[in-house]
Amino acid sequence: MTKYIIRRLFWSIPVLFFLTLAVFVLIRAIPGGPFDFAGDKSLPPSVVKNLEAKYHLNDPVWKQFVDYLKDLILRFDLGPSFRYKSRTVNDIIAQTLPISAQLGLVALALALLIGIPAGIIAALRQNTMVDYTATFIAIIGVSIPAIVMGPFLIWIFALPHDIGGWHYEPIFPVSRWGAKPPFFLGFLPVPDLEFWKYAILPAFTLGTGLSASIARLTRASLLQVIREDYIRTARAKGLSERAVIVRHALKNSMIPVVTILGPMFAAVLTGTFVVEQIFAIPGLGKHFVTSIGNRDYPVVLGTSLLYGVAIVIANLAVDIVYAWLDPRIRYD
Amino acid sequence: MGRLLEVKGLRTQFFTQDGVVHAVNGISYHVDEGETLGIVGESGCGKTVNVLSIMRLIPQPPGKIVGGEAWFDGRDLLKISEEEMRQVRGNRISMIFQDPMTSLNPVLTIEQQVSEALMLHLGMDRKQARKRSIELLEMVGIPEAASRIDDYPHQFSGGMRQRVMIAMGLSCNPQLLIADEPTTALDVTIQAQILELVKQLKREIGMAVIWITHDLGVVAGLADRVNVMYAGYIIESGPVKDIYGDPRHPYTIGLLRSVPRLDESVKEKLIPIEGLPPDLIDPPPGCPFAPRCQYQIEKCLKENPPLETVARGHMVACWVDVKRKGA
Amino acid sequence: MTTTTPTSTSKDNILVDVRHLRMWFPINRGIIIQRTVGYVKAVDDISFFVRRGETLGLVGESGCGKSTTGRAILQLYRPTSGEVYFDGQDLCKMKGEDLRRMRRRMQMIFQDPYASLNPRMTVGNIIGEPLEVHGIARGREKRERVQELLRVVGLNPYFVNRYPHEFSGGQRQRIGVARALAVNPDFIVCDEPISALDVSIRAQIINLLEELQEQFGLTYLFIAHDLSVVRHISNRVAVMYLGKIMELTSREELYENPLHPYTQALLSAVPIPDPVVEEKRRRIILEGDVPSPVNPPKGCNFCTRCPVVMEICKNEEPEFKEVQPGHWVACWRVGH
Repeated sequence: MTKYIIRRLFWSIPVLFFLTLAVFVLIRAIPGGPFDFAGDKSLPPSVVKNLEAKYHLNDPVWKQFVDYLKDLILRFDLGPSFRYKSRTVNDIIAQTLPISAQLGLVALALALLIGIPAGIIAALRQNTMVDYTATFIAIIGVSIPAIVMGPFLIWIFALPHDIGGWHYEPIFPVSRWGAKPPFFLGFLPVPDLEFWKYAILPAFTLGTGLSASIARLTRASLLQVIREDYIRTARAKGLSERAVIVRHALKNSMIPVVTILGPMFAAVLTGTFVVEQIFAIPGLGKHFVTSIGNRDYPVVLGTSLLYGVAIVIANLAVDIVYAWLDPRIRYD
Repeated sequence: MGRLLEVKGLRTQFFTQDGVVHAVNGISYHVDEGETLGIVGESGCGKTVNVLSIMRLIPQPPGKIVGGEAWFDGRDLLKISEEEMRQVRGNRISMIFQDPMTSLNPVLTIEQQVSEALMLHLGMDRKQARKRSIELLEMVGIPEAASRIDDYPHQFSGGMRQRVMIAMGLSCNPQLLIADEPTTALDVTIQAQILELVKQLKREIGMAVIWITHDLGVVAGLADRVNVMYAGYIIESGPVKDIYGDPRHPYTIGLLRSVPRLDESVKEKLIPIEGLPPDLIDPPPGCPFAPRCQYQIEKCLKENPPLETVARGHMVACWVDVKRKGA
Repeated sequence: MTTTTPTSTSKDNILVDVRHLRMWFPINRGIIIQRTVGYVKAVDDISFFVRRGETLGLVGESGCGKSTTGRAILQLYRPTSGEVYFDGQDLCKMKGEDLRRMRRRMQMIFQDPYASLNPRMTVGNIIGEPLEVHGIARGREKRERVQELLRVVGLNPYFVNRYPHEFSGGQRQRIGVARALAVNPDFIVCDEPISALDVSIRAQIINLLEELQEQFGLTYLFIAHDLSVVRHISNRVAVMYLGKIMELTSREELYENPLHPYTQALLSAVPIPDPVVEEKRRRIILEGDVPSPVNPPKGCNFCTRCPVVMEICKNEEPEFKEVQPGHWVACWRVGH
């Protein structure tokens, strides 16, 4: 197993290298530079020239790439932000990644807590009202985008209401994140009431879509597993239906779920733009998107690389979990 | 010898998109204590559905036991509660299945799977169950049982896996062991090992066995009595020497003639049973074997013959007396 | 160790001549770069021949390499080493267009009638495809030939436009036979063609194969694990174990005078549908399991389970030699 991990990590280096190279070239290939502003925001040409010189944007592309790699590998320095003059990319990531990660973790935990039991129940009560209801809710969960779900939840829970003569104060507040650095282990928050108050709505918005996928996959997988011969053997031994499902069926049906959990994990941990915008959460998601419009090359590269690393680690983790779930899978 | 299992008029159907599959059509038979009953037939004849019905392991839907009784230990298994049935399964009546590759859970160790029944039915704790499991594995001939008990099924060969299944089946000392084609997927030398093992265990433990197979050779060496099934009916039943030495049903005769035998001279051309297997969804009236039968008379196409005694303990469902026809 | 090759000096009209055939599958390991650390020796130096018009039965249990042998002969796997002479030409040395043209003369019938027919093709297309591919017939001529073939295998030619799933197992196997016959081959490898069929259907297919052999002068390599069936249909039988041939002789000799301990054990293990006979039989029960083809035993492959093993068996591999006319055995207890 160790050899396998080493091999995987080794091969991830060329992957990340080519990722960096591709992004590096592509972002410079699209028209427009970091300092091309139009209209009243436009800078005088001399200023632009100085800025470009300062950031070595006039050097040949290959030299810029090599310099970038040198800083990256030798000093883990992802460079300065072109847009936010007082911050480096490392700063941005250090400040925003933990928050995105926290949101992501809570959302994922929620998704698993709702999704897996829902999938199990739907599978066991296949083709009954329970199954149809669960599947229906799942489809709704997947189909309603965060742009709709988020404001909807905000309206219900985060605003005061006057209904039928009664005045309801908002239950969950928004527009902040309820946790401030320093974080435990670098990214875990203090799980106090403050934290949960602010986390619940955005986590729910983000989580419902995820839980729907997880539920559907769990259901499909479990349906297949229940038809296997060894389940019949388990029943023939006189085990209760509950024991059959929990002890025999569950572990076998988790493999497809784990497969999507990997990339899901990576995506959700590095931040989601829409949810963060709606709930005004200072996460990394915003930077993924805005940096491209800003032509903020180092930030683009930094976020892409971060995502790449997250995916590599997530996929490796998934493969290791496979081996734990299914002893027939053995890597050498 | 007392009567252990008495099945009366068992009827099981499957409700599918294509129609109702008449899998088992009112069969009646019995198993006495300590005897081995062989049930012979081809795919679709109902031999497996028959025993799954008795064990109440038919998935409902789409299956349904629509009639009959199965008397075991003073109770009708088809009528008792699910809770009571679970106490019978794996405990008083055990079942082992055909494909040892897929019948064991790949993600659980052998110990977990063998100890389960012991802890459930005999109330053992983990340690006791483990000790007994090792004894059981040794009894079925698994070498180095004490260390191999923590292995997973895929680390065993097919023959070894089937021995594990037998160990699981015998763990709670059942009175009846139902074996559904347990050696069909195994090599012939491994099959010989398993058959020897079963014979030996039978002598030691004295349980009754229902052995289901399509292999006429296996049944000949193992069974005391034989039921031949076709299209959900028992069409012939009797002591094993009678069935092979004096078969009365055209299907049984046809089957015995169409199988090559290792000990006969080779120039005998095989005489196949012409035609196709029966349609279980829309069975034509009359005897289900009539369309393929060379002794067919007009009555066969109209009425389905009942099982009748033709000699001591030997019953046949046929309108024609094949002995007079000169088989 | 060398095996003397069962070749005949007289004009025995040999169609297929296999010499020292080996099929080794590499096992790769490695951290960064994969290296080959061992081989699965599925077929390990076997030699035999098949005469025109005869049926050679190849029998053995799972993992013995019989299916691999069939495929290696037809070059569906390219053999690791050895020669396969088909009508005088070495197939192992042929490639590309030459080999493709040779395939017209040698065909295969597969084991699983449910998996070996493309579910998306009509029966007519399945049988007609080889005719088109080898340029034998097109259009109307092809259609007529397909219908003829269906009739020959006992199916209604009306079925031309049906799909495989509409047929039973036995019928599907007949379609497989028709497909193999379409190109008028000389040689057909039958890889366990009846194992997946019901007992009452097996006899139909066996009879069909025998009739076709007479009608078209076919040569068969009949691969199966059921000794009773192999003995019935074959002229000569080869018994394989762990990639090697243990015994090769006529079917009468094999049953009346089996010389190799494995053959004897195999014969004693086959159940006979007669309770009176079964009662009296004394079985030779082999201990243990078949060793892994990755790590075959030193010496004779069978030494780990042989009931009459001697010291020399564990150290040196016995030669495969003709101990009686037409009777080849690889055993230290016989003819050494």
